[in-house]
Amino acid sequence: MKEASLTKVFIALLKRDLLLAYRHRAEIFNPMLFFILVITLFPLGTGADTKLLQTMAPGIIWVAALLAAMLSLDTIFRSDFEDGSLELLILNSHPTSILVLAKVLAHWLATGLPLIIISPFLALFLGLDQDVIGLLIVTLLLGTPVLSLVGAVAIALTVGLKRGGILLSLLVLPLYVPVLIFATNAIEMFSSGLPITAQLWILSSFLLLSITLTPWPTAAALKLSLS
Amino acid sequence: MDFLQATNLTCIRDDRTLFSQLSFSLTSGQLLLLEGENGSGKTSLLRILCGIRLPEQGELIWKQVTDNETHQIAVHSNESYAGEMAFLGHLDGNKLDLTVTENLEFSKTLMRGNNCSINQALEKVNLNLFDDLLVSNLSAGQRRRLSLARLILSGASLWILDEPFTALDKKGIEMAEKEINEHLDQGGMVVMTSHHSVSFDNKKITRINLSE
Repeated sequence: MKEASLTKVFIALLKRDLLLAYRHRAEIFNPMLFFILVITLFPLGTGADTKLLQTMAPGIIWVAALLAAMLSLDTIFRSDFEDGSLELLILNSHPTSILVLAKVLAHWLATGLPLIIISPFLALFLGLDQDVIGLLIVTLLLGTPVLSLVGAVAIALTVGLKRGGILLSLLVLPLYVPVLIFATNAIEMFSSGLPITAQLWILSSFLLLSITLTPWPTAAALKLSLS
Repeated sequence: MDFLQATNLTCIRDDRTLFSQLSFSLTSGQLLLLEGENGSGKTSLLRILCGIRLPEQGELIWKQVTDNETHQIAVHSNESYAGEMAFLGHLDGNKLDLTVTENLEFSKTLMRGNNCSINQALEKVNLNLFDDLLVSNLSAGQRRRLSLARLILSGASLWILDEPFTALDKKGIEMAEKEINEHLDQGGMVVMTSHHSVSFDNKKITRINLSE
């Protein structure tokens, strides 16, 4: 019989992971709850100074999104590693890097996208202007997939370790910082009426680079973790 | 005809040589039974044969011979080998939060697949009444049967089995042996380890004892 095409396998894996995410709703809600809590607690901690909140809002939302993304990273490969299905994902004739991409995409759809969907409401709550909110969404759409893709490399390296948590944050944070800097800088410049094309191009290039470059090291790291 | 040929395989783990200069070859319709004490390197050898682990030395070659041509690939440098092979390890490899059918549907897409339908495979392993149950509701033996159904559906010619009879009851072992036999009769190959004594035709079996 003919081998299933790569696209078909990609879609099947994407569907499987989304179905699993749906059946594990609690795990998905955890980072989202964290995201909402951090953002709602900030005004309580700093006082209701509208000006102060407005200037800090993009930073608060971005830092919260970044930490929430880090919290959820572990779920990309952990359960597959523990039940042995990771071995099956590697031991087949399809390129592991593409399968990895399907898994990361499913993970982003299940954990990253919900954050982006609720962030306008949280931004309103912090008193951001509407056009700034629009830009915030754009930076989140460009930036959070990078967090998932880059995080996947680190999680693939540490999935075989019993306590990889600290190592994971050490590996991942330095790589997350540029995304955070350019995203919040874009919003800051925009608020003061300056052009932001450069920042958006840089964020887009981060995204393109991580889509094309991270699946290979992730696949290689997974093979290393299994051997 | 398919061939799996190993030449001078050496496996070292944590400075301890598990086995060295191990050579064997296997052809269609044959079963390789790995024996040896705990820790003698059976699982390590299976993982080398899968292509997950690299041997410290030696070479592993997969050959396909048809009437007019020979196709030969080195196992550790070619992804197409993985499509010829199906692996059942210590872990079952089933997702606990998917149903029996969902698990098989996905693995059938992932592997090459053959003409066997999911229902037929489930009938063979006596799981046909459980097809819409979540795997987390199955017993350990039933999960092992599900993994066997995955192998039956895979369409791979080489099965690599690490203790396939664990958690299976007497009837389950008979069933698994029957499926393995059928696979051999269809020109497949099997490499396996087992603590249980197996009842296969002696002509089909090659034994390697790693403790010696």
